[in-house]
Amino acid sequence: MATVRTPAGAGDAGPSQPAGAAGPAAAGLPLAGGGGIAGARSLRRMARAITANRKATVGVVLLVLFTFVALFPGLIAHDNPQAEIYPRGLGPSAQHWLGTTSFGQDMFAQVVWGTRPVLLIAIGVGFLATVVAMLIGVAAAYLGGAWDGTLNLITDVLLVIPLFPLLIIIGSYLHGAGTAVMIAVIAATGWSYTARQLRSQALSLRDRDFLSAAKVRGERPLYVICVEIIPTMTSLLVASFLTNALYAVLFSSSLQFIGLGNPNVTSWGTMLYWAENNEAFQTGLPLWIIVPGLCIVALGAAFALLNYAFDEIGNPALRPVKRMRVTKAAAITTPDQRRRLRVKRTG
Amino acid sequence: MRFVLRRTGFFLLTLWVALTLNFVLPRLMPGNPATAIIGKFKSGISPQAVKVLEEQFGIATHQNIVAQYFAYLGNVATFKFGVSLTTQPGASVGRIVLDAIPWTLGLVGVTTVLAFILGTGIGILAAWRRGGQLDSLIPPVFVIMTVIPYFWIGLVLILIFGVKLKVLPYFFSYSYAMTPGFNLAFIGNVAEHAILPAFTLLITTIGIWILTMRNTMITTLAEDYVRMARAKGLPGHRIMLDYAARNAILPNLTGFAMSLGFVVGGAILIEEVFNYQGVGYLLLQAVNNDDYPLMQALFLLITVAVLLAILLSDLATAILDPRTRGAG
Repeated sequence: MATVRTPAGAGDAGPSQPAGAAGPAAAGLPLAGGGGIAGARSLRRMARAITANRKATVGVVLLVLFTFVALFPGLIAHDNPQAEIYPRGLGPSAQHWLGTTSFGQDMFAQVVWGTRPVLLIAIGVGFLATVVAMLIGVAAAYLGGAWDGTLNLITDVLLVIPLFPLLIIIGSYLHGAGTAVMIAVIAATGWSYTARQLRSQALSLRDRDFLSAAKVRGERPLYVICVEIIPTMTSLLVASFLTNALYAVLFSSSLQFIGLGNPNVTSWGTMLYWAENNEAFQTGLPLWIIVPGLCIVALGAAFALLNYAFDEIGNPALRPVKRMRVTKAAAITTPDQRRRLRVKRTG
Repeated sequence: MRFVLRRTGFFLLTLWVALTLNFVLPRLMPGNPATAIIGKFKSGISPQAVKVLEEQFGIATHQNIVAQYFAYLGNVATFKFGVSLTTQPGASVGRIVLDAIPWTLGLVGVTTVLAFILGTGIGILAAWRRGGQLDSLIPPVFVIMTVIPYFWIGLVLILIFGVKLKVLPYFFSYSYAMTPGFNLAFIGNVAEHAILPAFTLLITTIGIWILTMRNTMITTLAEDYVRMARAKGLPGHRIMLDYAARNAILPNLTGFAMSLGFVVGGAILIEEVFNYQGVGYLLLQAVNNDDYPLMQALFLLITVAVLLAILLSDLATAILDPRTRGAG
C-alpha cells in the first residue's frame, strides 16, 4: 500500500485511524489534473455521476433551487418581507399564498427572502470551518511532535465541550448576532470534528513515497502541504463542507429561534422566533411555523443527501445497494460520529 | 493505569478550559456586557448585587485581571455563584439551579433510559431479521431524523396533539390550578404534562441507539461463535440475546454512560418549546433576561456533567473491554 502513488488510491488509511469514516470516504474524487481538457472531462464525469445517483440528483436539485431563490428573491416574491402593510393573520389566498403574519407581513415573501441568510450561513460556515480544520489538521499531522500534540489537544478539548450551550452563551453576550457574526461563531466552535478526520488522513499519508520524494527534492513544507497532501483529501474536504453546512443550518436556526439572532433580519429561524412569540398555533396561523421548519428540513436534506451521494460516488465499494447499507451503516458508528450525533442532541 | 491517568488529566484540562472560557468570554466581547446590564437595570438591582456583578465581570475593580481570575476560580471551587439579577432577583443562583435540576432529571433522565432500552431492543430485532421490513426502514428514517431541528418536531407535536386534537397538555410541567404535593392527582398531572416533551425527546434520540446496536450486532452475527451456536441447534432467542446481542452491546453501553451526561443540558430547546421548567428552560430564561450569573453557573453545570460522563464512559470502556486500554 505504501508504494501507491496515485491520489485516488489513498483510501486505505490503516486500522490506527480513529475516525473510521475517513477510510471509505478518502478514496478521492476524480481530480481535475491541471489541463483544461482533463478538467472538462472530470466535470463531465462528475455530471454523469450526479445524474446517475438518485440521492445526488435530489440534493443538487434542492440546492440549485434554494440558491436561485436566495440570489433572486425579488423575482419570486414581490412584497417587502418586513413591511407590515396587510391585514393581520390572513389565511392562505391567491394574493398571499401562505397568508400573512400577526404583524401583517406577507408570509410567502418572508420565506423567500429568508432563504438568503440561511444559505449564506451554511456556505460560509461550511467553507470557513473546513479551511480552519484543514489548516489545523494537516499542520498537526505534517509538523508532528509537539505541534501535533498541542493542536490535537486543542481539537480534542473543543470536541467534548457541549457546543450548543457554548453557542447560546456566546450569542447571549453578542446581543443579536447578524449573519457574519453567526458564521464566525459557528465556524470557530465547529471545526474540531473535521480537523480530527483530516489529521488522521494526513497521518496515513505521512510515510508515502511521493511525500518522501517531495521532501528529498527539497520542497518547502507549505508547498508539500498545498500541492501534495491537500489534493488527496478532496472528497474529505467536500464531505466536511457539506456536514458543516448542515450543522450550520440547524444551529443557526435554533439560535435564531430562541432569539439570539438579529430579530430584524428575515430568515427562517427568526420567522419561527416571531411565530412562537405570537402564539402562531393558538391564533390559527400554523403555516407560520410549519413552512419555515419544512424549508430548514429541505435545505438540511440537500446537504445530507449530497454528503451520502459523494461518499458513494467517491467510493465505488459503497455503491451496490446491499453492500452499501452495511458499509454505510458501519461507517456511521465510529465513536466520533456517535459523539458528534450526541453533541447535536443538545439542540 | 496509564490510561486512567491520561483520561483524568484530559478531563481536568477540559474542565479548566471550560472554566476559563466562562471567565474570558464576557471580557472579550465588545463593550463589557455587564456594564450594559447595570445601566439597564439601574434601579432594579440592589447595590450589593451590582458590586458582585462588577467583581464577576471585572468592571470598576482595582484588581488586575490575574487576581480577578483567581478570585473567580476560588468562587467556583467553593460553589459561590452569586445571586440572580433578573430571573428571580436576589435569590441565590445555587438555589434556583437546584430547583430546576429535578425536573430535568425526571423528564430527560427517564426518557434517556427509555430510549436506550427501546432503541437497543429494536436494534437487536432489526439486525436479527436482517433485510426485513423493520430493518429496511431504519436507514432512510435515520437520515431524515438527522436533518430535522428537534424543537420543530416538538412544535409540530404541539400543533397535532395539543392545539388540534386537544388531548394532551403542552405548557409547563403541571396545571397551574394544582398544588404541588405528593398525591396521586398531582403525580398523574405531572405525568400527563410530561408525555409530549418526553415523546419528542424519545423519537429524536432513539435512532442512534437503534442504529448503533443494529450495526454492531450485524458484525457479531457473522462471528464464528454465532455460527457454532446455530450448529449446536440452540433456540433462536438464545443465540440472539446471549450470543450476539450480549457481545454487541458494548458500544451502546458506553454510549449510554456518555448520554447520561447530556441529560442535564440535553433538552434545552425541547424544554423551551414546552415551557418545562428544567435546566435548559432556565438557561434560556437567564439568556433572555441577561441574567449573567445564572447563565454562567448553568453553562458550567451542563459542561461538567458532559465531561464527567465522557470520563466515566472512557473508564467503563477500559474496564469492560481490555483491548482499548493500550490504545488510549
